[in-house]
Amino acid sequence: MTSSKLFRFRHGLSIPLADIPRLDFDEFSTSLLEEIADAGRVANYFGRPVAEGVELYAILAHDWKGEFAVLRTSVKDRFPSLTPQLPQLHLFERELAEQFGLRPEGHPWLKPVRFHKTWIDSSDIWGRDTAKHPVPGDMDFYRVEGEEIHEVAVGPVHAGVIEPGHFRFQCHGEEVMHLEISLGYQHRGIEQLLSGGPHPTSSYQIETSAGDTTIGHMTAYAQILESLSGTDAPPRAYAIRAIALELERLANHVGDIGALAGDVGFLPTASFCGRLRGDYLNLTAELCGSRFGRGLVRPGGVGFDLDTKLSQYLLDRLKTLEGETRGAIDLCFDSPSVLARFEGTGKVKIEDAEALGLVGVAARACGLVRDARLHHPFGVWEKGFDAPVIEIDGDVFARGNVRRREIFASLKLLGQLIRQLPEGPVASSLGGLAGDCLAVSLCEGWRGEIVHAAITSATGQIERYKIVDPSFHNWSGLALALRGQQISDFPLCNKSFNLSYCGFDL
Amino acid sequence: MLTIIRERLRQGHRTGKFPKQEPVLPARFRGAPHIQPGLCQSGCDQCLSACPFSAVQLIDGKPHLDLGRCLFCADCTVCSHGAISFTNDYRLAASKRDDLLTSETEHRLASALDGQMKRLFGRSLKLRQVSAGGCNACEADLNVLGTLVFDLGRFGIQFVASPRHADGLLITGPVTENMRSALLETYAAIPEPKLVIASGACAIGGGPFITSTETHGGVGDLLPVDLYIPGCPPHPYTALDGLLRLLGRR
Repeated sequence: MTSSKLFRFRHGLSIPLADIPRLDFDEFSTSLLEEIADAGRVANYFGRPVAEGVELYAILAHDWKGEFAVLRTSVKDRFPSLTPQLPQLHLFERELAEQFGLRPEGHPWLKPVRFHKTWIDSSDIWGRDTAKHPVPGDMDFYRVEGEEIHEVAVGPVHAGVIEPGHFRFQCHGEEVMHLEISLGYQHRGIEQLLSGGPHPTSSYQIETSAGDTTIGHMTAYAQILESLSGTDAPPRAYAIRAIALELERLANHVGDIGALAGDVGFLPTASFCGRLRGDYLNLTAELCGSRFGRGLVRPGGVGFDLDTKLSQYLLDRLKTLEGETRGAIDLCFDSPSVLARFEGTGKVKIEDAEALGLVGVAARACGLVRDARLHHPFGVWEKGFDAPVIEIDGDVFARGNVRRREIFASLKLLGQLIRQLPEGPVASSLGGLAGDCLAVSLCEGWRGEIVHAAITSATGQIERYKIVDPSFHNWSGLALALRGQQISDFPLCNKSFNLSYCGFDL
Repeated sequence: MLTIIRERLRQGHRTGKFPKQEPVLPARFRGAPHIQPGLCQSGCDQCLSACPFSAVQLIDGKPHLDLGRCLFCADCTVCSHGAISFTNDYRLAASKRDDLLTSETEHRLASALDGQMKRLFGRSLKLRQVSAGGCNACEADLNVLGTLVFDLGRFGIQFVASPRHADGLLITGPVTENMRSALLETYAAIPEPKLVIASGACAIGGGPFITSTETHGGVGDLLPVDLYIPGCPPHPYTALDGLLRLLGRR
């Protein structure tokens, strides 16, 4: 279409910055909108401070072509917001405003995202005192007014053992008219810690950017460093990463179905799945000593090998666990009282899911075919992954059922992966990183696609590292799912999305 | 109903025998370190330079491992003389910050509360949990304590929804600036006398985020801590063992 203005690539490749044309903002925005109209979507969008202002990079995914396009422009203090035409950009633009003091003019929802000071010496666009750390949650919330309208505010500290976030419901009686979600409480400044790297500490910070997605985020990070250094991880390492990724998916999906059952008071599945989740975590611990896969994925390969004895043990355990998991899950999905609560609750329409750029389980439950293993394969997935799980109703049931079907797909995949483990080493040594390059990497974590992007300096240091956790796209989906629901349905809707607070807050 | 009962019989009784019976942990699980300074060669600092978080320290020329900073990554075991290795021992919790500094001879585990406090909390301990920047792995493995394998309730310990119902605060995460006031307010809302438990490397000393300007490097400077549970994240048995030690039940 507008190929001269765009650089197209498959992920896993590093692109010299010199090859990416610099567009003026009008060209940038026109090409961006054209690309989106041509079945593209925004996978990543971020700024990098340069001498003359801030450079913006838009990484657009064309799923069915299996390729990405990158657009680059630079702006100074302000730029016309594209959010009104492209709602999926709303958080990315708010992020730019918060990080670099840029004003996206005409943004309908311009509020802070993570409540931190600007990263560069610039004014705060909300007029807050730049000498002090901003107060989290200090912003104007959307408010519905009228008789019988009331507001319910929850958090940041919630009732359970979970991460903090603040939720405001505008209610008419029991009915939720609008839910606004304000996060940022977990903000640890990960992207800034990564700049100037790779540091010896970087892998540990990536592993804990979202602790329940350690393998997903680490795989994306390892791929970035491998691509920038021109290293090929050995096939055996790719296979072990894929095994760990599927184990992570299994543990979380099984846990989520248990939690969904618990939220509608169906205790047998809740109890069985709570235990089974631990059994899957223990398999990851057999692999690398840590239930969350800490230390397993490392740039260049993996830290632990899988020998024949352990492979056989995993296969045996998975066989037993498959039977127990099926029994535990089917119990709940065969139960009319459970289905009555799941079906039709928290619906998200496919048009809305597309407009918001939802990814992962939440997108697939609305009928969107989005699975990085299918569209943007790497390593073992290149041999062919043809089983994305799609549901069309977009309700709690659909999100639960995507998980249920993915559990059994994962178990099947795991069997194949373990049996067909390639021979050879599990790690290659990593060279220095190429200078002045952009690398983008993708990994289908259990929640959805994880997109990492890095730009290196002339000397091969990471100058800007940008992480997009699937939760970044999907929290808005939860807000939308709640519209017109009973406020008592919130826990159920929330569990059906099960989004990460820390993955969003970074 | 019949299917539920049939499935219940098939899934069986799963509550673990802990603490009467020791748990079996995976062979690759990294627990308490085993330090042998006798094997150290002079001038060698492989373990020091291998640790990205300065958990390995040389005191009087002998290596010590600060379990409060340690992420149990075992990078320090690159030592070509084999002076540091990790055992399968999950028991790590300590009562004082200094007790986490482990040497060849010393690895002091948590002691029980004093008489009065033990009388108050020994048989019923209700905890409010606050995630103050945790990555959700600590939180997830604490949640696991409520599942039927660990069954925290049988020890009289429970996580409660309100600080007003709680006897203590269990904190995870390095305490982000954005969670500082919510954490302190939750602490203030718990009636006296109260306990504070720091669970995980982040809450003890900042963990992987120790150098971040957005975090406080753990709970230590903000609140008095009664129990430290090391790990990244701590294994559920490490946490359970720590809690039971605190109550004088191990």
